[in-house]
Amino acid sequence: MRWINRTPGRAAALCLMLLPFAALFIAYALGSEARLAVNPQDKLLPAPSKIAETAGRLITTADRRSGEILFWNDTFASLQRLGLGVAIAAVTGLVTGLAIGLFPYVRAAASGFVSVLSMVPPLAVLPILFIVFGLGEVSKVALVVIGITPFLIRDLSQRVLDIPSELFVKAQTLGASSTVIALRVALPLVMPRLIQSVRLSLGPAWLFLIASEAIAADGGLGYRIFLVRRYLAMDVILTYVIWITLLAFLFDFALRRLSQRLYPWAGEDSL
Amino acid sequence: MSFVSVSGVFKSYGRRPVLEAVSLEVAEGEFISLVGASGCGKSTFLRMLLDEEQPTRGTILVDGMPLSGEPSQSRGIVFQRYSVFPHMSVRDNIVAATAFQTRFGWLTGADKRAARDAAAKTLERIGLGHVADQYPASLSGGMQQRLAIAQAMAARPRILLLDEPFGALDPGTRLAMHAFLQELRAETGMTVFMVTHDLEEGFKLGDRVLVFDKPRWDPQEPEAYGATITYDFDARDGGIPYQRLEEDTHVFKPR
Repeated sequence: MRWINRTPGRAAALCLMLLPFAALFIAYALGSEARLAVNPQDKLLPAPSKIAETAGRLITTADRRSGEILFWNDTFASLQRLGLGVAIAAVTGLVTGLAIGLFPYVRAAASGFVSVLSMVPPLAVLPILFIVFGLGEVSKVALVVIGITPFLIRDLSQRVLDIPSELFVKAQTLGASSTVIALRVALPLVMPRLIQSVRLSLGPAWLFLIASEAIAADGGLGYRIFLVRRYLAMDVILTYVIWITLLAFLFDFALRRLSQRLYPWAGEDSL
Repeated sequence: MSFVSVSGVFKSYGRRPVLEAVSLEVAEGEFISLVGASGCGKSTFLRMLLDEEQPTRGTILVDGMPLSGEPSQSRGIVFQRYSVFPHMSVRDNIVAATAFQTRFGWLTGADKRAARDAAAKTLERIGLGHVADQYPASLSGGMQQRLAIAQAMAARPRILLLDEPFGALDPGTRLAMHAFLQELRAETGMTVFMVTHDLEEGFKLGDRVLVFDKPRWDPQEPEAYGATITYDFDARDGGIPYQRLEEDTHVFKPR
């Protein structure tokens, strides 16, 4: 039998799925053990048990100076920035993308501008944001917005253009105005795609968030990682990295389920 | 005075002519089948009747008035594919014919109830009552096309345009759709234009069968000339494709 026709069973698939995770963990544990055997003070690859211990301390113990648990403060601060940035970008991307996709006049005016704008490296304008908006929350949210909005606009406008023209003609023969076509035909048809695009842009959004927090912040997941880097506190860094990964994975999962729940007609292509 | 009057219509895409010198008079209530080889302008002609595209030269008058430059409610359309809205339930697809005419496309209160009741009746009639809450993707091809026709009719157009509506259906479903269409037509008496690749279907359903073909043909440059209506058959008398001897068959005569 050809290999392209062989499929693993349920149990085998589960094992195969866990295999790379287990392999990574074992490789790390072995490396850590080897280094610690030579130098028990080694900070580069802390033992898994040490990381678990640190993680337990981080999520339960309050900071001595402020009396607050910094881990949750950092998480809250970062998620607030990320959520705000992604939400603003999604709404902007949706509205602009719909306008560009639906109206030839807007398309003529904006699509060239957007494609040039999307070539500006967002991190290159970060200093400008710090200068203009100061070092507070606004500049961090703005970086996330600037980083992912051009992609969302281009993706959604293209998706509107991909809608079969038959549907727009049909709507017109049913007496629909431009407003009705935008609200009842184009908008619902691109909503699953919006969720999918947001899922795809969550990665870059985290990147921009951590970059801006690393440079200037007084709290946040990215800030903490770059702060403890000075003490080579790999156990803290790794705890935060695992936590960020877990959060990103959960958001992705939640958005996918949301799309399936809200738009059951969209079928497989929205996954 | 004929209902649809097409005179001297030319259509070209860039330098490539698609249709040349098409003239046609259609009375209200006639069923016109459009047949011909692929790429000879039948669908283009239908799109011009729909007003999705405009003729390069010539005029199309409906009820003595020129078309407005964009598709409108007076002409319904059913395509081979993508004819119903995939994101709306079967019932909402019918309700849309009423709802889309409002300012923002939504009905409220009594209007909504009335439209839903009317849609329920329509769906019951076309045998889709049991799937009213499902999405079109879960329907068979025949059911989707029945829904598409019912949706187009719900907006009460004066002309129904069908672009190979049964092209993707199996023969049995196709026969059932023919009966459905004939029934609807007997009821409403509307004017119908149908593009089809199936000659038998064209003659069975149509009062007239128009053949699109290229009267001039350059073997070195097949795209040099456009197509026109070369035959205009009378297809009444139970849909049997024969001509009465005494009848003028409108055979195209190059001037």
